[in-house]
Amino acid sequence: MMVNTTEKGGVVLMEIREERLDAHNSGDLKAQMLNLFEEGKINLLINLKDVRFVDSSGLGALVSGYKNASARNGNLKLCGLQSQVKSMFELTRLHRVFEIFPGTEEALASF
Amino acid sequence: MNEHIEVDIKVPNQTRYLSLIGKIGEDIARTLKMYKGNREELAYQINLVLTEATTNAIRHASAESPSPHVHITISIQEQTLRIRVFDEGQGFDISNLPAPAPQSLDEHGRGVYLIRSIMDRVTYRQLDGGHVLEMEKTLG
Repeated sequence: MMVNTTEKGGVVLMEIREERLDAHNSGDLKAQMLNLFEEGKINLLINLKDVRFVDSSGLGALVSGYKNASARNGNLKLCGLQSQVKSMFELTRLHRVFEIFPGTEEALASF
Repeated sequence: MNEHIEVDIKVPNQTRYLSLIGKIGEDIARTLKMYKGNREELAYQINLVLTEATTNAIRHASAESPSPHVHITISIQEQTLRIRVFDEGQGFDISNLPAPAPQSLDEHGRGVYLIRSIMDRVTYRQLDGGHVLEMEKTLG
């Protein structure tokens, strides 16, 4: 899975450079997040602007990251959701779990 | 004119083919002449249902399966969208699973809920040498 990872003021920004987040690549995203947690990074911002499609496995990977960050007293937040992807979070009520921001600036400022 | 479409797909039971199957579903939604609703929403829904059902069939396939493939049929006839996903494994009956609790932090279990939210009828039947998950939606 293609992910651009940069660090900004104690927050790791992960830009998912894939059109789909599904059962084929969600395991890889989970592994990349776990590596960051193991390095002591506890605040993650996932930018989903390129992601056009997410399935239950993709949502599960993000929930896994959210739980891992919370367990370490950190946070995992989301930004850049396309409208259909946002609908998936609403359908599964996960929009009440994650903090979701339109863009990276306001999301980074919220940590 | 009655718009009758039948698509038959057989791919190796590997997740790398999910994208291909999903795109076929999206293109069907965009092509339908009779559909009057939100086409892009329907495209996402068909993509999602195909992706979720195929993932289940791949995950529960038998290791001893003689032909490690997933077989999917998509048909549209008289405003009924019917998707069938055939597995050759020990099966996994999703038609009777409970829906996840709202705001659940479980990592699994949402696929079944999503299929049931989108489709009007979901059944799972045993066949000779496997199972079929059949899902129908009336396209209003």
